[in-house]
Order: sequence, then structure tokens, then C-alpha cells
Amino acid sequence: MPKWFTPAAILCGLMFVVSPVLIARAPDESAMGMVYKIYYYHMPSAWMFLLAPLVCGFSSAMFLARDRAKDDRRAFAAAELTVLFGALTLITGPLWARRAWGTWWVWDARLTSSLVGWMIGWAYLILRRYGGPGSDKLAAGVALFGAVNVPFIYISVNYWRTIHPPTTVVPKLPVEMGVPLWFCVTAFLLLFILLLTMRVRLEEARTRLDTLYVALDD
Amino acid sequence: MTVMPTRVKQWTCAALVALCCAAMPAAAQPPQPQDEFKPVGNNPAPEQIPAAPLLIGAYIVVLGGLFFYVLSLSRRLGAVQQDVQRLEGELKRRNARTS
Repeated sequence: MPKWFTPAAILCGLMFVVSPVLIARAPDESAMGMVYKIYYYHMPSAWMFLLAPLVCGFSSAMFLARDRAKDDRRAFAAAELTVLFGALTLITGPLWARRAWGTWWVWDARLTSSLVGWMIGWAYLILRRYGGPGSDKLAAGVALFGAVNVPFIYISVNYWRTIHPPTTVVPKLPVEMGVPLWFCVTAFLLLFILLLTMRVRLEEARTRLDTLYVALDD
Repeated sequence: MTVMPTRVKQWTCAALVALCCAAMPAAAQPPQPQDEFKPVGNNPAPEQIPAAPLLIGAYIVVLGGLFFYVLSLSRRLGAVQQDVQRLEGELKRRNARTS
């Protein structure tokens, strides 16, 4: 692991320990009350869920263009994080919606496109697992669709009728609500970088393992 | 057969419209008074969704999910690195024997 990994991991752990304290001190929202505090973990998860397919799509495009294994490993790692953060977003969202909207789920543009993005992440992983030879290139193509879906997810709340809060909520947050949010976003971003590094490392170790098996067979 | 003059027709229509307009407030009468009281047990109470279990559930899902993913990743990485070390050792021993 790189030298910065351990200090960054300790810092990230501390931030996750401190974050509930900051969230508890934040005031309740006037209409939704206490349940809106799901937002402090839901939104950073959702942002990482948008970041992961972008990393996956960009790395896949680089892999298709340059055919370098390094890009493919990064894309594979990011696809797994897409599924992880997508699952967290798609579970915490309905828990919040149940109280705030009175329903677990609505088939509006934001929720549906998020579900599609999550399923594209799964499609990538399933292709890599069961696709056989050449599946890396096929999966890279799927990843491009996943990346293209990201701007659609982001703007969907501003262009289509929905009960999901629009993107303008974040800049308008008062300081006492904004500070815990940006603290959590930083913690999640740091965690994302750490997990991506670890996952890429795992792929590197697997490649090394394959090389060793081949060398021992010869 | 006599034909109704145009002016009479106009007045008749106006009278009908006025009658309809006058009837509207009459139609919007207050609701019938309640003729019986029912205990709350007989009717479903308005839904009360508690916030705390949903909030705590969401935090448990996120922290638990992340914890188990980190654990799974560490185990997978540890297992593969162990295999790499074992095979590297085997390869070194084999090279030493052949040379």
C-alpha cells in the first residue's frame, strides 16, 4: 500500500466517529423533523454513487483507447464501488422517503435512473465474472453507458416533475446544516479513495498470482 | 304556430343562467350534522410513522454495509497476497534447485 494509505485510513476512521456527533448537533428540519438527518449519509453516498461510474467510465474509455491493464483494473474497482454506494443510496433513500413522502418508492426520473445506474454497475460485474474471454472489452462498453447515465441522474430532479428535492437544496443550506454535510462528504470521499486504492491493489495481486501460476506451470 | 320572439328567448336564457347561479350556493350546503359518535378503535387511526427507527436503520445500513465491505476486501486482499507469497517462495525454491 502507498505511504499515505495508513494515515488517511486513520483520519477517515476518526471522521466517521465524529460525524454522528456533528449530525446530532445539527438542527431538525422544519417540515420533516428529525428524519431529514438521513440526508447526511444519504447524499454523500449518492455522490460517491455518481462518482464511481464516472471513474469506471473514464477508465474504461482509456482502456479501450490504450489497452493498458492499469486502466482496466481501476474500472473494475470503480464498478464494485458503484454497486456498493448505489446499494447504500437506494436503501437509505426509501427509509427517508417513507417518513417524508409517505411512500417507500416513486417511479420518478431520479429514482428510476438511479436504479438503472445501479443495475449497469451490476451488469459490468456480472459480465466480468461470467463473460469469459474478451469480457473486459465488453464490460468497458457497458461502463460507458453507466457514465453517460450520471449527468441524467443529476439533472433529472431539475427537469422532470418529482417530489425528490432538487439540486438547489445544497447551496441554500444554512451553516449549521451545511457544516455536518460537507464534513460527511469529505469523509465519504476519503473513504472512496481508500476503497478504490485497496480494490485496485487486489486486482494487481490477482494479476501477479496469475503470472506466478503460469511461471510455475512452465 | 307562433314563434317566440328573439328578445323573449334572450330573457328566458338569462333567467335560466341566473337561476343556476342562484342554485349554486344552495347546492353547497354545510354537511349533515354527525348523528353518532364512534370510538377511535372502530376506525383506522391516521398513520403515524416514527422517525427514529428509520433514521437509526439508515445509519446502521450505511455503517454496517461499509464495515462489511471493508472486512470482505481486507480478507480477499489478505488471501491473495498470502497465495502470492507462497507461490513466490515455491518459484524461488524451484529456481534454486534447477540452478
